[in-house]
Order: sequence, then structure tokens, then C-alpha cells
Amino acid sequence: MLKRLAIRVVAIVVTILVGLLVSATMVRMAPGFESDEHQLDAHLSPETIASLKAHRLANRKLASFYLTYIKHSVRGDLGYSTALGRPVREVIGERIAETLKICSFGIGVGCTLGFLLAFVTGMSRSSAWDVLVGGIASLFLCIPIAALALIFVLIRRPAGLAIAAVIFPTVYRYARNVLARTFAMPHVITAMAKGCGPIRVLTWHVIPVCAAQFMAIAGISVSLALSASIPIESLCGIPGIGQLALQSALARDLPVLVTLTVVIATITIFANSLSDLVPATVRSRQS
Amino acid sequence: MRTLHIASIALLLIVAFGALFADKVAPASYAYQFREAPNASPSWTHPLGTDDLGRDRFSRTLYGTRISLALAPLAALLSIVLAAMVGGIAGFLGGWPERVAMAATDLFLCLPWLFLLLMVRSLLPLNAAPLTSVLITFLTLGLLGWAAAARVICTEAREFRISDVLLQARATGQHGWRLLAVQFVPKLRPVLLAQFLISIPVFILSEANLGILGMGVAEPLPSWGSLLRELDSLSSFAGEWWKLVPLGLLVMVVTSFQVLLSREDVAL
Repeated sequence: MLKRLAIRVVAIVVTILVGLLVSATMVRMAPGFESDEHQLDAHLSPETIASLKAHRLANRKLASFYLTYIKHSVRGDLGYSTALGRPVREVIGERIAETLKICSFGIGVGCTLGFLLAFVTGMSRSSAWDVLVGGIASLFLCIPIAALALIFVLIRRPAGLAIAAVIFPTVYRYARNVLARTFAMPHVITAMAKGCGPIRVLTWHVIPVCAAQFMAIAGISVSLALSASIPIESLCGIPGIGQLALQSALARDLPVLVTLTVVIATITIFANSLSDLVPATVRSRQS
Repeated sequence: MRTLHIASIALLLIVAFGALFADKVAPASYAYQFREAPNASPSWTHPLGTDDLGRDRFSRTLYGTRISLALAPLAALLSIVLAAMVGGIAGFLGGWPERVAMAATDLFLCLPWLFLLLMVRSLLPLNAAPLTSVLITFLTLGLLGWAAAARVICTEAREFRISDVLLQARATGQHGWRLLAVQFVPKLRPVLLAQFLISIPVFILSEANLGILGMGVAEPLPSWGSLLRELDSLSSFAGEWWKLVPLGLLVMVVTSFQVLLSREDVAL
């Protein structure tokens, strides 16, 4: 168990480090890195302009640039937003709560709906129901997320529900397949043949088998929700990090964009690790 | 289910035919402006009305379909070639190359797809010429979309590496390129085909998302993504239903792909 935990922690740290290195390279390679628009300011003295140039040239070597970037990142200095003229940490910090709020609402509603419908499909074994819910789920999967966001704006429903509409079909399809396989297992068939009620079969014989896979599905939904937050927040006018990502992309604000990418990757890996570790912990305690 | 498959194939053929012969079918060029009739409602002259700039929406939908339907498979092909190179070679070699390749793939997969697309797209010129923007958009999709397919291909290649078939082929004197061409590639072909088909609707949807967000194909060239940007100005569904036609077409095409992909022989 500890070994598994250690591997996950190492994976998160390596991701952050590699993410920072890739981010630093992208910022370094971006066109116009070595010039500063302040150098064009006629009000500045030649000494100040020379100092600005020297500061830029100090970062010319890639290796020293990496080290400086990582050293600053470790201290919490994630650089300055070129578009907003404010520290990146401050800009992301004030927006992340909004994103987490709508994403957690969307994940909650989407997962609950997906799992519930999958349970009903599994228990009822009605092909008509399966076709109906499967069809609705497929339809939602075939609509671009951005179009879904616009539809939710049009029908005046909360943005969190748009995220739920993105998550529900994926959760439903995975959960339905997992449940179909579990319901066909010999021990479940035996329990049903012996007269166990549907709730008892579900809670005692089906869920314990599927729990790990359900957790994995919930882990995937975090990545889905964060991805969906970009168009949904942008089109619904929600001041979260999804909207910030699009604004930064359009303004080519690379310091914000690369830091956001690292933050998002870390959250995703953390969520996936959690969904992997929780069932493993439960299993090890049971045994 | 068979009827659904036939209907899906028929729909894809009709849409592909319309897109291919857009020059003949469309009443006007995608960029031609009917300046006397901006924002016109559907009529015999303009079956889907005109947009803000007076361009015929039906013509733009046909030309947009051509761009999206022609380039999504090309992007899918590029991503599958990359996935085959990364996953196939890693799985075939095994050992540390496989571990390194799969670690890189995992790292790639831990980033939400749209975030990755947006980040890389923003590093490339945003105010490019229309044709360049088409190339940039679909090349970005193709170059970034290989990771999930590479995982599947690597698993298949690994199975081949430890199979008796390889042992027997080596015993009969097959080595190097001959082994790859005669044994390895035919073994991977069904997986490559399935992954290629799975990627097409994914790329169609991704292009649509990028287009709606203003980072896809540049004006005046139409694509499904750029056509869907019009939804932003929609005030109600019933009032201007014709603006929803490109979305309906996209959903129907992607659904058709999904129906065809659900066939067991493709899924396998």
C-alpha cells in the first residue's frame, strides 16, 4: 500500500517538474520572448532600457532559464501575466474557487445521474429502457461541448448543469458496461436465483465488485469537467480558470497558460491517484 | 440494428456527396455576399437564409462540411501514424523503450484534451491566412491526438512480441523489415483501423469546439466550428431554427460514425 502511495506521489512530483520544464521551454521559445514592449517606451531613460535588455538577456541560456523558472515556482512566484499585468498566482487564485464550485456541482450531478441510470438499466434489464437512455447519452456525446454550453445559456440553466450534461453520458456508458458484466457473474446469478431482493443483490453482490471501477470512472470525470470548463465558463460568462485559459490563449499570455496547464495536470493526476488508491486501501483493510 | 447501420451509411454518403459536389449543389460561393439581404430568413433563393454578412448559409454549410469531413480523417490518419510509431515500436521493443514511451503517453493523457489543444493552438499564429488556419487547426489535432491510440497499439504490439507467432516467424528466418512487413503490420492493421475510425468523430467535435471558441478555421472559410459560432447570437430555438441546421448536421454525422463504430467487428 505504501509502495503504491509512494509511486503516486513520485508520479505527481515528476509531472509537476516535467510540466514546469515544458512550460518554461514554451515560454522561452515563444516569439518575442527576448524583447519587452517597455523598450519602446520613449519616456524611459537609456539606462532603464539597457537594464531591461540586460535582464532579458540574462535569461537567454536555456539551462539557467529553467533553473530560475523552477526556483521561482518553488517559492510561489509563477511570473507575471503579460495580458493582465498582475502576478499569475493572484490571477489564478481568485478564479480557481469558481471553477472548482461549478465543476464539483457538475461532477456530482453528472455522476449521480449516470450511475443511477446505469443501475436502473442493469436492474430492469429492459431493452427499451436501455435503448432510450443509451440513445440520450449518445446524443449528448455527439454535441460539441461549446454548443452544449450555448444551448444551456439559451434555455437559462446553470453552467454546472452543462458540465453535468458532459459527464453523465460518459459515466453512464462506462457504468452500464461494468454493471452488465457484473450482473452476468455466477455469484450474482446464484444470489438472484436464491431469491435475494434487488437492493440486496446490488449492495452485497454487485457494488463491492464494481466499486474500484466506479471510482476510476469518477476520477476520469474530473478531467472531463476541467476540459469542459473552458467553453462552458467562456460562453456562460463565469469568471473561472476555464475562461481565463481561453482569454490567455487569445491574448497569447503564455505565463498564465503554462501555469494553468501545470495546475490542471496536477489536479487531474491527483484525482486519478485518489480514485485508484481509495479502493486499494479498502481492499487491503478488508483482507 | 442493421437498419440503423444502413441508415448511418446512407446519411454519411449523402453528406459526403453534398460536400464533394458543393461547387455544383451550392447556390453561391461560401464567401459571396448578398449585400441586399443580410440576415435573411429561409427562402427558395437561400434555403437556410443568410448570415450577418449576407452570405448564403446553405452554401457555407456545404463547403464547411467539405472542410470538416475531408480534414478530420486526414488529422486522424496523422495521429494514427504517430500512435503506430510510438506505441508500435515501444510495444515491439519492450523493456525501457516501452516504459519511457508509456510514461510520456501517460503524461500526455493527464492533460485534459481541450486544455492541451488550446495551449498549443495559442502558441501558433492566431491571425493566419484562412488556408493556413485550416492546416494549423487540423495539424494540431493530428499531432496531439495520438496518445490514447498509442496506448492501445502498444498493448497489441506487446501481445505480438510475446506470442508464438513471432517465435515461429523468427524460426523460419524472418528478421528485420521483412518480419515487420509480413507479420507485425498485418497483425496491427485491425487495431489501427479501429483507432482511425474512433479518431474521426473526436476530431470533428474538437474542431467544432475550437471553432466556436474562435480558435479554429479563420474567416471567410467555413467549417462546422466556424458555422456554429452563429449560435452565440441565437435568442431562441423556435425563432431562428435554421441557424441550428449546421449543429443538427454535425450531430447526425457524428452519431452515424458512432453507430458504425458500435459494430462488433470494428469494436474488436
